[in-house]
Amino acid sequence: MNKKKRFSLHKLLIISVLLTNLLSLSPVGSVYASDDTGEAFNPGEMIMHHVTDAYEWHFFDIGDTHVTLPLPVIVYSSKDGLKIFSSGNFHHGESSFEGYKLDHGHLVAEDGHQFYDFSITKNVAALFMGALLMVLIFTAVARGYKKNQGGAPKGIQSFFEPIIIYIRDEIVKPGIGPKYEKYLPYMLSLFFFIWFGNLLGLLPGAANLTGNIAITGVLAIITFIITSFSGNKNYWGHVFNPPVPAALKPILVPVEMIGVLSKPISLALRLFVAITAGHIVILSLIALAFIFHSYFVGVASTLIVTFITFIEILVATIQAYVFTLFSSMYIGAAVEEHH
Amino acid sequence: MDLLTPGLGLIFWQFVTFIAVVVILAKFAWKPILGALKDRETSIEDALSAAEKAKSEMENLKAENEKLLAEARLERDKILKEATAAGNKLKDDARDEAGKISAKMLEDAKNAINNEKKAALADIKGQVASLSIEIAEKLLRKNLEDDKAQKSLVNEFIKDLNNN
Repeated sequence: MNKKKRFSLHKLLIISVLLTNLLSLSPVGSVYASDDTGEAFNPGEMIMHHVTDAYEWHFFDIGDTHVTLPLPVIVYSSKDGLKIFSSGNFHHGESSFEGYKLDHGHLVAEDGHQFYDFSITKNVAALFMGALLMVLIFTAVARGYKKNQGGAPKGIQSFFEPIIIYIRDEIVKPGIGPKYEKYLPYMLSLFFFIWFGNLLGLLPGAANLTGNIAITGVLAIITFIITSFSGNKNYWGHVFNPPVPAALKPILVPVEMIGVLSKPISLALRLFVAITAGHIVILSLIALAFIFHSYFVGVASTLIVTFITFIEILVATIQAYVFTLFSSMYIGAAVEEHH
Repeated sequence: MDLLTPGLGLIFWQFVTFIAVVVILAKFAWKPILGALKDRETSIEDALSAAEKAKSEMENLKAENEKLLAEARLERDKILKEATAAGNKLKDDARDEAGKISAKMLEDAKNAINNEKKAALADIKGQVASLSIEIAEKLLRKNLEDDKAQKSLVNEFIKDLNNN
């Protein structure tokens, strides 16, 4: 009975992934493959369009109708002050509005003046949704503990409890050491933010949030700031005054400083590259169908994409784990007592 | 938008949103969740240690009981031994006493018999003596009726005296 149930669950999962992949073919297909105007299909452009940020949320096209969600553009410049308007005013980059226009997806001022762009782009919208989802889910989990005091976990609580315990006992505690408790809220938020971002990014039409260098860079910088402020005398002593002969110090101090700086850079790049590469692989395989104009290739690439999507689900989890693990280890190295 | 150039807006929103998420979750999610997990773990640990304690207490109690039982058994054996010894002693004493009494009684009886015998013998001797004297008197009276016989007897006596 149980085995049968599990089997059908597997089947359901595979079918749903297959379906989402077939669905994700449709926007590409309608834009590029069935385009009768003679515009050549450019896989590079299509892939970049999917993995980079945008001022509007493009879902799919029906014929020549773009189904998009226009998002607010927020710009500030010393010349014009603060301006907030809908990106729908650009008409997919075809017209300018209030002195601004879209040039190949970039927001530029028509007269070329300097401005600061705080627009709610596709990634920012996805970021807000992910953040909201996290708050809703984990306050629900917390409510479970309040309602069910001292009892066995139930529902959503029992799904997240082993993950939370795993992060606490297998990642943060061994990484940071005895002072781990202070950093646990940050580490849990970090893990779930990356995990949710990675998984949400795999949905068709979703934003490539955690595959964006700005997102991963900010996370890495926050870890770097925490590491630097947690660093004790022992940690900074090893960087600026390593226990080596004086003659070696001019060589070793820069090396140590590079080591300190390379940690956040490696964190940011690893996550960005892993997630973006996954998206590019999936999109490239989908693009094959439109390059070859063949249903057979389409079926074959769908099957392969299904397989890759499962791997991407795994990668989503592994990357969240790795980011949290390395953050813990960096902080652990900074707070470690001399022994 | 390019792949490798981070957008200012996204950096800004990510900073604000992520820090907000961390702060909100730390207060409303992680604190109660981690607190509840810790409470549960300590309660489980306490229950386990309490069970362990109860077990060791049980064992102590059992050991004590066994010790008490062993002591009681020892005591019982000792009392039994003592009682047996006392009984035996009593029996021996009684036998000795009885032996002594019977020996004494025998002795007394023997003494009494001896005394009686002596008395009886003395009595018989007395009677025999008086009877002999009577007979001798009678005989003398008869024999000394003539002088001649008296003379010969006296002579005989004197002769005896001389011999001695």
